[in-house]
Amino acid sequence: MENLEQLASEATEAIARADSLAVLDSVRVEYLGKKGSITGLLKGLGGLSPEQRPQAGARINQVKQRVQDALDERKRAFERKAIEEKLAGEAVDVTLPGRREDSGNLHPITRTMERIEAFFVRAGYRVEEGPEIEDDYHNFEALNIPAHHPARAMHDTFYIDDDSLDSAGVDQKMVLRTHTSPVQIRTMENSRPPIRIICPGRVYRCDSDLTHTPMFHQVEGLVVDKGISFADLKGTIDQFLKAFFETDLPVRFRPSYFPFTEPSAEVDIQCTNCGGDGCRVCKQTGWLEIMGCGMVHPNVFNYCGIDPEEYTGFAFGLGIERIAMLRYGVNDLRLFFENDLRFLKQF
Amino acid sequence: MKISESWLREWVDPAIETPQLVDQLTMAGLEVDGVEPVAPEFSGVVVGEIVEVAQHPDADKLWVCQVAGSGDQTLQVVCGAPNARAGLKVPFALVGAVLPGDLKIREAKLRGVESFGMLCAEQELGISDASEGLWELADDAPVGADLRDYLSLDDRIIEVDLTPNRGDCLSIRGVAREVGVLNQAQVAEQACDPVAPVTDRVFDVTLSAPRQCPKYAGRVLRNINPGASAPQWMQERLRRSGLRSIDPVVDVTNYVLLELGQPMHAFDLRKLQGGIDVRMAKQGEKLALLDGTDIELDDTTLVIADSGGAVAMAGIMGGAATAVTDTTTDIFLESAFFDPVCIAGKARSYRLHTDSSHRFERGVDHRLQELAIERATALLVDIVGGEPGPIIVKQNTGDLPQPAEVTLSSSGLAQQLGVEVPAEQVEDILTRLGMGHVDTQRIDDATTWQFRTPSWRFDIAIEADLVEEIARIYGYDNIPSTTVNAALPISGDPEGRLPLSVVREQLLADGFQEVVTYSFVDPDIQRLITPELQAVTLANPIASDMSVMRTSIWPGLLSVLRNNLNRQQNRVRAFEIGQVFTLSSDGLTQENRIAAIICGGAKPESWGAEVGDVDFFDLKGAVESLLSLTGEQGSYRFAADSHPALQVGQTARIEKSGDSIGHIGKLHPALSKQLDISRDAFVFELRLSEIQHAKVPVFQDVSKFPEVRRDLAFIVDQKVTFDEIKQVASNAAGKNLTDLKVFDVYQGKGIENNRKSVALGLTFQDTSRTLTEEEINQAASCVISALESQFEARLRG
Repeated sequence: MENLEQLASEATEAIARADSLAVLDSVRVEYLGKKGSITGLLKGLGGLSPEQRPQAGARINQVKQRVQDALDERKRAFERKAIEEKLAGEAVDVTLPGRREDSGNLHPITRTMERIEAFFVRAGYRVEEGPEIEDDYHNFEALNIPAHHPARAMHDTFYIDDDSLDSAGVDQKMVLRTHTSPVQIRTMENSRPPIRIICPGRVYRCDSDLTHTPMFHQVEGLVVDKGISFADLKGTIDQFLKAFFETDLPVRFRPSYFPFTEPSAEVDIQCTNCGGDGCRVCKQTGWLEIMGCGMVHPNVFNYCGIDPEEYTGFAFGLGIERIAMLRYGVNDLRLFFENDLRFLKQF
Repeated sequence: MKISESWLREWVDPAIETPQLVDQLTMAGLEVDGVEPVAPEFSGVVVGEIVEVAQHPDADKLWVCQVAGSGDQTLQVVCGAPNARAGLKVPFALVGAVLPGDLKIREAKLRGVESFGMLCAEQELGISDASEGLWELADDAPVGADLRDYLSLDDRIIEVDLTPNRGDCLSIRGVAREVGVLNQAQVAEQACDPVAPVTDRVFDVTLSAPRQCPKYAGRVLRNINPGASAPQWMQERLRRSGLRSIDPVVDVTNYVLLELGQPMHAFDLRKLQGGIDVRMAKQGEKLALLDGTDIELDDTTLVIADSGGAVAMAGIMGGAATAVTDTTTDIFLESAFFDPVCIAGKARSYRLHTDSSHRFERGVDHRLQELAIERATALLVDIVGGEPGPIIVKQNTGDLPQPAEVTLSSSGLAQQLGVEVPAEQVEDILTRLGMGHVDTQRIDDATTWQFRTPSWRFDIAIEADLVEEIARIYGYDNIPSTTVNAALPISGDPEGRLPLSVVREQLLADGFQEVVTYSFVDPDIQRLITPELQAVTLANPIASDMSVMRTSIWPGLLSVLRNNLNRQQNRVRAFEIGQVFTLSSDGLTQENRIAAIICGGAKPESWGAEVGDVDFFDLKGAVESLLSLTGEQGSYRFAADSHPALQVGQTARIEKSGDSIGHIGKLHPALSKQLDISRDAFVFELRLSEIQHAKVPVFQDVSKFPEVRRDLAFIVDQKVTFDEIKQVASNAAGKNLTDLKVFDVYQGKGIENNRKSVALGLTFQDTSRTLTEEEINQAASCVISALESQFEARLRG
């Protein structure tokens, strides 16, 4: 019994020294196995007197428990280590790129149109669309642009070949719409005020150079109701432009001429390039022409069967490419139609 | 239109600087496009006269000139210009002068000869690009005068971009009138006393088309000096207005056009026969024009004719045969009013555009003809002499424009503008604009006016025209900005309609890039893609490869693919939404389509697994994703089909409820080759309207009972389609089948030729109870026997 403490400390040291589960198990067998030295001490209890037995038994069991705990603790440590080693082998390089589809982007023209639509839809406008090949009546006549009106020269119209129409039994003169205004006409023909619409879409003019493409996009707006005034038009455009450019942008209205509106105005914004000081972009004027607008001409109302004595209205229109160029700093109009993926992926 | 500011200020000279003047014009609707100084900054240049010229002793190409102009003395200047000669008056930059480009003139020695100053070419003074020789000034140029003063070079050219309604401003006088209104400044009409006739010689005029030409004034001028030339000041004003000096008679008519806005024409009287007849052209009548072109007229064209035939296209261009030349001594001046409707569009129809047609089609003041002819006569007599005859005026008063009387109400004005303009201000503005104030009626606060338009404002006829004039002069800046007041009814988009933005977002998420291509395409390429469709042809295309409207979006997508492949963009996924156009016996059809193209890797290049190239099913998957947005994917079907642009065997027609709504497939290799596309590409196109109807969800009970799956693999003939198997299997499996998947298709080793293995996963479930093993076995064996009998399928062991 004297060597009990000696045995305990030997066992503890052996456990600490064990460097594998196998060694640890042999330590267990050596001390706690059937023929183990501690087990042997318990077996030797029979040689003691009945008075001594309980006390000695308690001491040996205490030591046995201590050794068992040390064994268990050591075993768990081995297991923990084994798991850690296994997990360490499963480590990944978290900086490698993830697996996914590259998401695409909206074309900047669509992106811009959707933004503009959203502003107006939120304010209670409806989005209207119409055909791109239009008859002369809706593209010109009903917009107060009779044949031979000098304003037609401003439009550089693409005409549809009559023979190709004849063969399909179309006997009207057809053009590629030069603006989305015919959609306004069609809407006024088919609905009654109050009307609040915007008309986005492709338009065509027979012109191609650095600053013109034969196809481009417009958004036009139309509001018809009782009591609509030029002051309302100014407020609407001013708020829209400030919302679009997200800045308190100076906006000016100056008199102009469109056959379908009167009074008419061109709208200028302060040059976004120089802030109004004058630069190459704004031709030293400090202003950039951005859109046209005006009060709906009474003749247009008459064509559409709306009484100009009862209703007034305003209309406006702007080129999407131009406003997108200003917004995103695109320096060449033609980029919009080259569809170079390296350009498109920027939006 | 280019306007010389100094010329304008001769007519009206408000006390404002150029920038303010320019701003004022722009804000009144006469948009100023640009302001250019006539000459750049330079100083110390006077009018010099070469008194004597001698050859330089040491240089063949240099002259030693003695030049007058600096005080009383004559200075020696060495000069290399070939046109240096005694008696010539030239710009003389004195020692100390500073020329454009900060070039300072100093005393110098050129090859040993002293030179005190420099004789200048136009280019050296920044006047023009002419650098051939010295700038030859007029013989009467005052020697010693400062060149800037003499040529009034401290002037600016104001470029005004006039809108088509403001024909009245197409002259110095017209713009001056406007500036006068804006500044409440007096416009100084240029003195123009009638020139008394010195002969009674007239040339007869007949108006055979009185509606188209209601007024024609003419005057004979005999014995002019054909050798004279227009004075320097006049040539200079023409030049600043963008016109070249031609000969003194044409220069004068052009000058009057610029000054007063009345286009005029001068005929060589001796070349005219009989008398003038203003009539409609005969169909096919020929006329050789001044600009050298020969045209054939149609009978809607108004002409000036003599007894021999047409001699001018009225209001557009004169004829070559009767034009004034350098031997002309007798002329006949024309100053007419033509109906704008008759002239409008006419010049364009002959592909012509002249200063004259530009004005006549916008309208010319019908009371201006006599004044213009007097002004021209006075100038001509000054310059080329001659004996004027009396002015003859033929007119048909009934067809002349009548002044309009227009009613304006204060309430209408306030309603349109959103601001109350005081009555006195309304009257003041309109009166300043030359309107005759005919009548005013006041009832309570409401005022109603009547105004009569002046003869030069043919653009004003209705109340809105007056409202615009008031707004313009009152100032758009002074009109407030307000917000539209409107009722706020609740309305929404139907849930059963798929928003286009959702369709786009789906494709973006699938890695497609949106593109926008031109709606007009190359007919040759389109014919390869949709040979059976008749395209809409443009009458005036911008280029032959953009001359027909697209019948499909594919031509555009294919060019996008080719261009990007050429730029080393090897993985292309692109879509476009837009209209296509076809002609048929049903007429013209315009409809929206959605189309896409894919090429290159099936997935973006990645470090993990090797990425193969796209195949049919990569694109079909994208289409299925779109179709599933509608919630009704069951009503769509893909059926093997053929298409001229696609490869047989990898082409499908997409159907909705049995109707074709588009195609999908692999681009035909022959077409790829023709289009220079070196890689396999897959495309689809769908009618957009067919995927925009979405199902509003209807709740179905979710089963609480377990589902059971049975996997069965069959060997069938290679030609049997999955659709066919699916249909037969679904019918045979009974009502408890909730899902049928194909999880493997195999051909090759272990399977006979022309056969394939198709592995199906069948899922069974009931909503009210747990299915028994026997029920499932029973269903599975029904599927097996049905496939065996229908397709000679064999269950794989």
